[in-house]
Amino acid sequence: MTILGRLKSWEGLLLGLLAVIVVMNILRSPYFLGAGNIANLFQLSIEKIIVALIMTLIIINGEIDLSVASIMGLAACVLAWLFQMGASLPIAIVGGLLAGLAAGLFNGFWVAYVGLPSLAVTLAGLIGFRGIARILVEDRAIGGFPVWFNTLGQQGILGPITASILIFAVLFAIVAIVLHGSALGRLVYVIGNNLQAARYSGVRVQSVKMTLFAASGLIAALAGILYAARLGSVRGDMATGFELDIITIVLLGGVSIFGGSGNLAGVGLSILVILNLRNGMGLANITGNTQTSVIGALLIFSVLAPNLAQNLQRRWIGRKT
Amino acid sequence: MKWLQRHVRPEQVRELSLLLLIIVAVVFFGSMIDGYYTSRTFNRIVSSVAIITIVAVGQTLVVLTRNIDLSVGSVVGCTAYFVGTLLGRYHDLNPLLAVLTAVALGAALGAINGLLVAWGRIPSIIVTLGTLAIYRGILVDLSGARTVTTDSLPGWLVGLPRLNLMSIGGLDLPALFMLAVAIVLIFHLGTGYLAVGRRFYAIGSNPDAAALIGLPIRRLVFLAFVLSGALAGLAGFVTLARYGNITVESGRGLELAAVAAVVVGGVNIFGGSGTVLGAMLGAIMIGTLEQSLYRLQISEFWRDAILGLLILLAVASDAVILQRLRALWGRADLKIVTEPPAEATVAAGARSP
Repeated sequence: MTILGRLKSWEGLLLGLLAVIVVMNILRSPYFLGAGNIANLFQLSIEKIIVALIMTLIIINGEIDLSVASIMGLAACVLAWLFQMGASLPIAIVGGLLAGLAAGLFNGFWVAYVGLPSLAVTLAGLIGFRGIARILVEDRAIGGFPVWFNTLGQQGILGPITASILIFAVLFAIVAIVLHGSALGRLVYVIGNNLQAARYSGVRVQSVKMTLFAASGLIAALAGILYAARLGSVRGDMATGFELDIITIVLLGGVSIFGGSGNLAGVGLSILVILNLRNGMGLANITGNTQTSVIGALLIFSVLAPNLAQNLQRRWIGRKT
Repeated sequence: MKWLQRHVRPEQVRELSLLLLIIVAVVFFGSMIDGYYTSRTFNRIVSSVAIITIVAVGQTLVVLTRNIDLSVGSVVGCTAYFVGTLLGRYHDLNPLLAVLTAVALGAALGAINGLLVAWGRIPSIIVTLGTLAIYRGILVDLSGARTVTTDSLPGWLVGLPRLNLMSIGGLDLPALFMLAVAIVLIFHLGTGYLAVGRRFYAIGSNPDAAALIGLPIRRLVFLAFVLSGALAGLAGFVTLARYGNITVESGRGLELAAVAAVVVGGVNIFGGSGTVLGAMLGAIMIGTLEQSLYRLQISEFWRDAILGLLILLAVASDAVILQRLRALWGRADLKIVTEPPAEATVAAGARSP
């Protein structure tokens, strides 16, 4: 079976899983398919799925960014801190975005130009950026933002569709075009497939990696600010542990943790699977902690399943010849 | 310089410079804080270091084989809570049996990780990120978010943290810290001199070569995870003894401190080099920072930012400085073996770009 065939069957599996979950949800609640509930479904995890889009590019490129949740917290805390110092909110938002961009550039510098493993660099970032966020707001909860900011995060602008959902849709389109329709996207795959070959064929590996990490920082910051707008207040520990969900979404979507393969359609399906699963478990009164356990199990399963399938396939071929 | 090159390996330079850094930090904090050089400061640092050290030893074994174990914080929480509940219910449980239960439970949780990594062929970061969430979720669900309290525990356990094995000039060495030191010594010698220990290094420094010479890689990686889980279980017991009150949140984030200790201690995150003793130095560095920043009255919130920076510096110095050192040492070795005539050196110099 070709790689393409295997990917297709992975997406088929996701589609089947999604159908089962949706049917079970519909049986449990008749309101499930209403436009309000579906918008709500997205809205409850919108920040995670926004970051999952850029994480897809990073993992296909053969790297990982564990610091995204901390950058989300950092951007929100910089915003709150600037706002409390008396800056107007638009300036504070720009400040938060710049902080995220700076954090991304910082990660990118060490990974792309110094050549350190991204696992170690972004683990340091996971701890360090969270530390900076805590220094800024300590153990307070900063709120009292202008009404328009909270409205932005909480209320729909096109029916039940909020600004965050619109931003997600636009970003999804942009990432799809970049990954599957641009030269940069091809380079992302090439580098993820074989770093050495890419380097020897003259691909500017460093600038591609730098671009991706900078973009990851900026988008994580945007997601953090949207999260602040949705919650209406900012704390130092906000978005802690989000990296688990984000990485799970990407890997469940069929993106290989070793880089070089995967596509955005799979990630889109996996987003739907996880959102519906969480929503369904919520409807069934399953607590948040069990939900997190299930997501963790799903993460392991999403890598274990292709491995097992490959094993079986090899045995099957071995028997035939 | 020649003497240095002949008697000290590059990795040891790394550990010696960390030791120097710890001394510099102590002198620095001593000049900032009144009454820093007292037995009280020493005792505080020593008792806070014990838990991180034990977990970091297990983490070192896993990292040596080119893997990582992010689930240790949850394992510590699970064992502390489970053994605490057990002791709360059966007061006359044999102390040794309680410790063994903690170690066995930790080893079982570690075995699940090891099984998935070694035979499921899943990258360890994915497995342990998953089990980090799963173990914690199971703990919260099974416990119903209740808390183990000090007064439910038997007296010997509550008194354990204050038990001192010996006292040197007013500096007490608590039994729990000496336990950590004993663990470090055992595993330092074990990884240094036992065949199984050297095999951990072999797998980490070159997995393909290790497979070619017929090392049982899967079993060894499995063993590393089981040992890491068992040591996390022991750390869970120490946590229970030290704090007494165990919530479902206990041990959360410990994996980051352990990885930080290991990396700061000079263990290469890509496996194959570093020592258990180095990891302990890393843990001491972190413990010193933690306790001293607390005393400095600048907020504890600085701790994480400094820790992140420290990890980054450690990894960067590994990549940049250590490689230069090794090259320098390598050249020195050549010189010692065959002192080349002057013309040959010139010729070699001219050829090199």
